[in-house]
Amino acid sequence: MTKQVKQLDRVVIRFAGDSGDGMQLTGDRFTSETATFGNDLSTLPNFPAEIRAPAGTLPGVSSFQLHFADHDILTPGDAPTVLVAMNPAALKANIRDLPRGAEIIVNTDEFSKRAMAKVGYPTSPLEDGSLDAYNVHAIPLTTLTVGALAEFEISKKDAERAKNMFALGLLSWLYHRPTEATVDFLRRKFAKLPVIAEANVAAFKAGWNFGETTDDFAVSYEVAPAKLPSGTYRNITGNLALSYGLVAAGQLADLPVYLGSYPITPASDILHELAKHKNFGVRTFQAEDEIAGIGAALGASFGGALGVTTTSGPGVALKSETIGLAVSLELPLLIVDVQRGGPSTGLPTKTEQSDLLQAMFGRNGEAPVPIVAPQTPSDCFAAAVEAARIALKYRTPVFLLSDGYLANGSEPWRLPETSELPDLRVAFATEPNQENADGTKEFWPYKRDPETLARPWAVPGTPGLEHRIGGIEKADGIGSISYDPANHDLMVRTRQAKVDGIAKDIDPLWVDDATGDAKVLVIGWGSTYGPIAAAVRRVRAAGGKVAQAHLRHLNPFPANTAEVLRSYDKVIVPEMNLGQLALLLRGRFLVDAMSYNQVRGLPFKSEELAHVIREVIESV
Amino acid sequence: MSESANGAGGFPSLALIPKADAKQSMKDFKSDQEVRWCPGCGDYAILAAVQGFLPELGLRKENVVWISGIGCSSRFPYYLNTYGMHSIHGRAPAIATGLATSREDLSVWVVTGDGDALSIGGNHLIHALRRNVNLKILLFNNRIYGLTKGQYSPTSETGKITKSTPMGSLDHPFNPLSVAIGAEASFVARSIDSDRKHLTSVLRAAAAHEGTALVEIYQNCNIFNDGAFEQLKDPAQRDDVTIRLEHGQPIRFGAEGQYGVIRGAHGALDVAEVAKVGEDAVLVHDAHADNPELAFALTRLGDLTSNTHTPIGVFRDIARPVYDRLMSAQMAEAATKQGPGDLASLIRGNDTWSID
Repeated sequence: MTKQVKQLDRVVIRFAGDSGDGMQLTGDRFTSETATFGNDLSTLPNFPAEIRAPAGTLPGVSSFQLHFADHDILTPGDAPTVLVAMNPAALKANIRDLPRGAEIIVNTDEFSKRAMAKVGYPTSPLEDGSLDAYNVHAIPLTTLTVGALAEFEISKKDAERAKNMFALGLLSWLYHRPTEATVDFLRRKFAKLPVIAEANVAAFKAGWNFGETTDDFAVSYEVAPAKLPSGTYRNITGNLALSYGLVAAGQLADLPVYLGSYPITPASDILHELAKHKNFGVRTFQAEDEIAGIGAALGASFGGALGVTTTSGPGVALKSETIGLAVSLELPLLIVDVQRGGPSTGLPTKTEQSDLLQAMFGRNGEAPVPIVAPQTPSDCFAAAVEAARIALKYRTPVFLLSDGYLANGSEPWRLPETSELPDLRVAFATEPNQENADGTKEFWPYKRDPETLARPWAVPGTPGLEHRIGGIEKADGIGSISYDPANHDLMVRTRQAKVDGIAKDIDPLWVDDATGDAKVLVIGWGSTYGPIAAAVRRVRAAGGKVAQAHLRHLNPFPANTAEVLRSYDKVIVPEMNLGQLALLLRGRFLVDAMSYNQVRGLPFKSEELAHVIREVIESV
Repeated sequence: MSESANGAGGFPSLALIPKADAKQSMKDFKSDQEVRWCPGCGDYAILAAVQGFLPELGLRKENVVWISGIGCSSRFPYYLNTYGMHSIHGRAPAIATGLATSREDLSVWVVTGDGDALSIGGNHLIHALRRNVNLKILLFNNRIYGLTKGQYSPTSETGKITKSTPMGSLDHPFNPLSVAIGAEASFVARSIDSDRKHLTSVLRAAAAHEGTALVEIYQNCNIFNDGAFEQLKDPAQRDDVTIRLEHGQPIRFGAEGQYGVIRGAHGALDVAEVAKVGEDAVLVHDAHADNPELAFALTRLGDLTSNTHTPIGVFRDIARPVYDRLMSAQMAEAATKQGPGDLASLIRGNDTWSID
């Protein structure tokens, strides 16, 4: 039977199942196949904080959404066009996100009365007509998998566990994905258990063959490779790109990287990744707590390393006092905050942008800290390099504000040429820098570079520059303890001026105003870039005029920020918080910025943002 | 590089630290800062002992770093002409760990107090001890909060009347050395601010130790807790309460050496007159015993807060792998196995595609 092949320009698939069903792995593999094929893509993993939540329950559902297309895309997609539901809970938890006409592939083996009752289905949704608006493929995935693996000498349980690979094989057939890499991957992953490896490969192939032979799927789909700028690409998550950015920063600065960290979701992957790269001179130290993590990083910075600490919001709260010390010591330090839902423990595995004000103000005293935020998963690399550049050049702690969506989401990344990366080298102090009236020379640890206002970085081991620093206010220049009122006023203002001065050393805020006569500006920061840009495209596609700007630097703001904001009648600030950037923009620039906010633990949907933008355009 | 006059710089623990070219004196380690402790404070004597001792190590002073937390004792680094950091309350061991584990060519010392180390910074202290990072921690114990003007500390005796405990404190105190041994410390010692010779000998042993050394120094706060260690200082009674521990020697004390430490019931130790129990019953001190039982029992001898039967000296000094050396070994192993890092190859990974 020859099946019909249809061309599509884009597809959004969501794999959903129990936390133990291997949905993240399935999604990762499909993503990898898709990347290899050359589509543009964007992913959104969504999983519970519990490692194995009770089986078959709504809170235990884990999902992975993938958007892929034959053109460049910006988001993981507002709504899936295909849902793979491995059990009733996965169906129930995700059905409300599906548009009418979407395809649903369900594993009927899991639709027992008991399993359905557990999630509140009084009757089977597969039979009661409640799914009539959708195109349902009811397939006994478990039975088919176990049947396909009858010849393998493995337990029934192990055979059943391969059902995710059967589903992956089926979807790979349905969308014409290349399969070799997945076969290789399975053999590598289960290298120590060759029987399990071959069983998984067999399940994967059985899924593919099932698609080809079953009458249930009359059509398969092709999504042509995307025409992206030329270059070498790989797929990458935000946490991995950020880790590579930190390794790169050390290489570009010719300094050892020292990561002091305490495990916390969703930042731990950075610690895991850096621990693999000791051959780059990267030291990782898993500390006894968040405070010790940053303390060790700061101690290493004092010794001449690029000190880094990685954490999430609750960890930043614990590190605040040490960040204040770093502000006072004026030593380079990177604080990576992979933001998650708060307050308190909040939503550990869900995304949010609600630590901006904590990064900006969450310390005692006047303690300015530069803030850099990546805007897409792959951009975490460049943002980490930029944060390190500022930290090293200006001898200051710097916040790098990623978030859970960037951390775990992935996209193709056009690899930079390492020769194009910036030179981050800075010079340590080697000589006394102050000549006294009597001709003697001494070292003044707080005598600043007049350009950058950075103080000298004199590391222990340098003869003649022995000095003591600390959290007590220091006298300008000489650096001794000083309680003098005028000196404190000067030092507070100087530390602020140093951070403010970075505005001269960063790119101006770029505005995408396609027609040049938009009256509405939408401005964001961090991971909302994709949804905002997609929304702007939608509005423009329908003839709407809107300008977009996105802030990489949140402290200081780019020098032209005021000018940009004042060039538009209306300024919209979408944020995954209750208006933190909007508060800063209003306070700093006296603009009547309108907040649009959601704190649902998920990225914005671009259609929702497009709707908001349209309404504002109409009101102007 | 030359060896120092007496060879202390030749300790294996200091092997990676550059040595001074010329003989040093106490003056080399004095900074130009005016010392601002209260007149009569025990810290002066400790500072003098440290400034007098450091030249003995013969290390380049730029390779010596003092890191402190917050409290009276934590002003210490300002008065030494080495590199130094006066950090934040309780965190000095964590900061020093980052420095020591990234710079093996430095001799890193931590100065802390009973509040700084055992209250707000208790977590960092125990973890530094268990890791055995190459740090020397001097814990000045005056059993009171001085810089905040006289509240009880985690080593104050129960019932202590202070500003924050007008009816007497309810807290049971920590025994710092019991805590340290419980935290797997590889070196534990105690000395007294006023006994410079003894203090110097303990500092020497700490410097020679490979790994974390905890030295508790009884320090008199003459403003808020004067006389806390009076029994150990008063010539009339000090010999009858002070037990000077020396490795390999019978544990005897008293003006005539008339008392000895013997085994008591249930693993505890007792004090007895040697004449009554016989010399063979007196325990011989073994600081190098891997089993911490004797060292721990010694920390429990007598009543801590009334200073009866107070052992001083090195309780425990065992060889255990040093964290920073282990870390360096892993770095070297990774470099050998993986080869020098290549950034372009790292970011490329194994799965790329090209678009023309």
